[in-house]
Amino acid sequence: MADSVPLSSLTVGASAVIVAYPQSGPAFLRLREMGLLPGTPIALLRRAPLGDPIEIKVRGYRLTLRKTEADHVMVSTPETASS
Amino acid sequence: MSVPAHLKAAPRAPVYAFVGNPNCGKSTLFNALTGLKQKVGNYPGVTVERKVGTAYSQHGQAMTVIDLPGAYSLAARSPDEAVTRDVLLGRRTDTQMPDRIVCIVDATNLERNLYLVHQILDLGRPVILVVNMMDLAASAGLQVRTARLEKDLGIPVIACEASRGKGVIELKLAMSRVELSLAKHRWDIPAPIAPAVAELQASLQDQDRKPPLIARAEALLLLTDQDPVRVAGSQPLSAQTSTILAGWKKRWATEGMDWSGTLVSARYDAIGKLTVDIVKRADNTVDETTSDRIDAYVTHPVWGWAILGGIMGLLFLSIFTLAEFPMNFIDSQIASLGDLVKNAMEPGDLRDLITDGAIAGVGGVVIFLPQILILFFFIGLLESTGYMARAAFIMDRLMSRVGLNGKSFIPLLSSYACAIPGIMATRTIEEPKDRLVTILVAPFMSCSARLPVYLLMIAALVPGGEVPLLTKVGLMLLMYALGTFGAFGFAWLFKKTLLRGAPPLMIMELPPYRLPRLRDVIYHMAERGWIFLKRAGTIILGISIVLWFLTAYPKAGAEATPSEQIAQSYAGMGGHALEPLIEPLGFNWEIGIGLISSFAAREVFVSAMSVVFNVEEDEENTAPLRDALRSATWTDGRPLFTPLVCLTLMIFYVFAMQCVSTVAVVKRETNSWRWPLFQIGYMTGTAWVVCLIVYQVGAALGF
Repeated sequence: MADSVPLSSLTVGASAVIVAYPQSGPAFLRLREMGLLPGTPIALLRRAPLGDPIEIKVRGYRLTLRKTEADHVMVSTPETASS
Repeated sequence: MSVPAHLKAAPRAPVYAFVGNPNCGKSTLFNALTGLKQKVGNYPGVTVERKVGTAYSQHGQAMTVIDLPGAYSLAARSPDEAVTRDVLLGRRTDTQMPDRIVCIVDATNLERNLYLVHQILDLGRPVILVVNMMDLAASAGLQVRTARLEKDLGIPVIACEASRGKGVIELKLAMSRVELSLAKHRWDIPAPIAPAVAELQASLQDQDRKPPLIARAEALLLLTDQDPVRVAGSQPLSAQTSTILAGWKKRWATEGMDWSGTLVSARYDAIGKLTVDIVKRADNTVDETTSDRIDAYVTHPVWGWAILGGIMGLLFLSIFTLAEFPMNFIDSQIASLGDLVKNAMEPGDLRDLITDGAIAGVGGVVIFLPQILILFFFIGLLESTGYMARAAFIMDRLMSRVGLNGKSFIPLLSSYACAIPGIMATRTIEEPKDRLVTILVAPFMSCSARLPVYLLMIAALVPGGEVPLLTKVGLMLLMYALGTFGAFGFAWLFKKTLLRGAPPLMIMELPPYRLPRLRDVIYHMAERGWIFLKRAGTIILGISIVLWFLTAYPKAGAEATPSEQIAQSYAGMGGHALEPLIEPLGFNWEIGIGLISSFAAREVFVSAMSVVFNVEEDEENTAPLRDALRSATWTDGRPLFTPLVCLTLMIFYVFAMQCVSTVAVVKRETNSWRWPLFQIGYMTGTAWVVCLIVYQVGAALGF
């Protein structure tokens, strides 16, 4: 996973693809059920005015999550994939 | 005409359950179908709203419709979702297992919405699928082929635009069908977990007496639920099943097997295969939607705050201005009703019980109603437009400092007007502990009932003539700040100690902005108002009568003035009994009577003081009462209402829990007497300690 970065580190407007995140923990089970699976494309839409939480677009809808969770969601972007 | 078998066996109205993700338009459809034939209550043991309505089939046959709480998954993460799961699985003894399930999905967001449907199809019950918001999907460049979906799934699929009433007739037709075919729902349980599912299913069938398909669905659920939310009223598992479940979970944990991930992925794979031919994306799909454009302002680092501030300002302005007229009207109606009875009846205890106890007590409840209705109208409006989620998004960071999440913001803010709607609005907070913490601290927010007390004390505090505006504003701000500080401080403390829990999640959908559905907003408002009147009203009425009794007995004799009467009543005795306790705060027994009376509602302090100091009550002008307070003394001649005592008394009103209506609502919302009693104790205790410090330090400094 050398070419993946945490979701929280994306710049606003960037698109990426989910690579992996932890298996256990209620937050991550719910993220899975909300359709964030390895291979799912997402986009970082914006950050809240105080920098946290973040808003992403996934499967055609908008979802917020806190940075504490987003730090563990690894994604790959076109840049990370090519490097 | 032959009667279908299931109706022969049970001659009763068939039960339908409406299920869907939050924001899928489920409630709009439910309202359209059942109209005013709705019953709103609670599921026994949990504070989850239970909505049941009656609709009529094409043939005029009554059908019972249960509007289940919105859920994203049957693997419940909140009490709301747990109730939905338990009703669908027939786990609840208080609610009959539905005969048929109507699944409502949002066409603009089909994949995620179908996840819940996919879980529900496992149950092997007759299902009708409603694809709602077809118009929004079309304008987003999505074409949803519902006919094809119907063919692929083998169940009725209805294209619907609930907000415009399109598809409602079609749904009714489908619900009226005597026979519904079961879904062609075949998907392979992923091989690695199949043996576990089979073993659990067998045990659930044998030991827990579940029908085969329900047993399989339960088995899948038990295995994916990492931390299953159990709610009161749900039947426990048999010992054997629990043992098998624990065994498999342990085995997978050591093997590092991602069982839940495997299952979720398998479901999404199946949904992906299903929707690939169903949803066609137009080539000219717009990237930036209207919602995105609105959000660019609403969540903007500068404009976002301005808009939030503006909306909240408007909310408070309308509560204080719009509520004033109906509140005065109710006040005068109650007063004239009281006079009517006074003139019609012989003077005596019964008359006083009716006028001063019952009518005044009911009046004290009803007078809150305009504020509550206006607040709920606004809250409903904010919720149905989608702004509520944005407010939570913006405020989350600040709320997280004290261990809460953004969803606690609106309830706490509403509490500045009145804690009752604020506490009732905490139902949007999923996590039970966060909800409880929010309820516990909400009454610290200075509500409108404290205003008359603050104003009177400020008037009495400043010697001579008019109070300078700056002093007035400064003191007011200080009181509001103290309450807010107290609320956040205690929220932080509770989250650290008593109600310790995982940091709250903020995994929340931001629904697209929509025009509010006025009808739904008004339904919601009326429902809340009714709940308040019915449940809280009965308790408040009872306590009002008790409080009246305390001031009216024992009788002082016919010649006694009202102030002599109250002085030697039970309330007066209470005041005297209280004196040793409140003397260190600078309060005497007369103030004690005011504190006791304030349990009816805080503003009653003002009228109680008028009675105690024998001042003709005049709402427009507090000057006579102010002068009376200034000349009031202790028995040894020291002035009673020194500036320091006035300030201490104001601070007492900031922190103390004195409002019976709030106690009644907390009792209802937490489902026990434990929390409201705890709240009375800790809030009033805090008030005492803070006042003790302020008064003693102030007195030592020579004030």
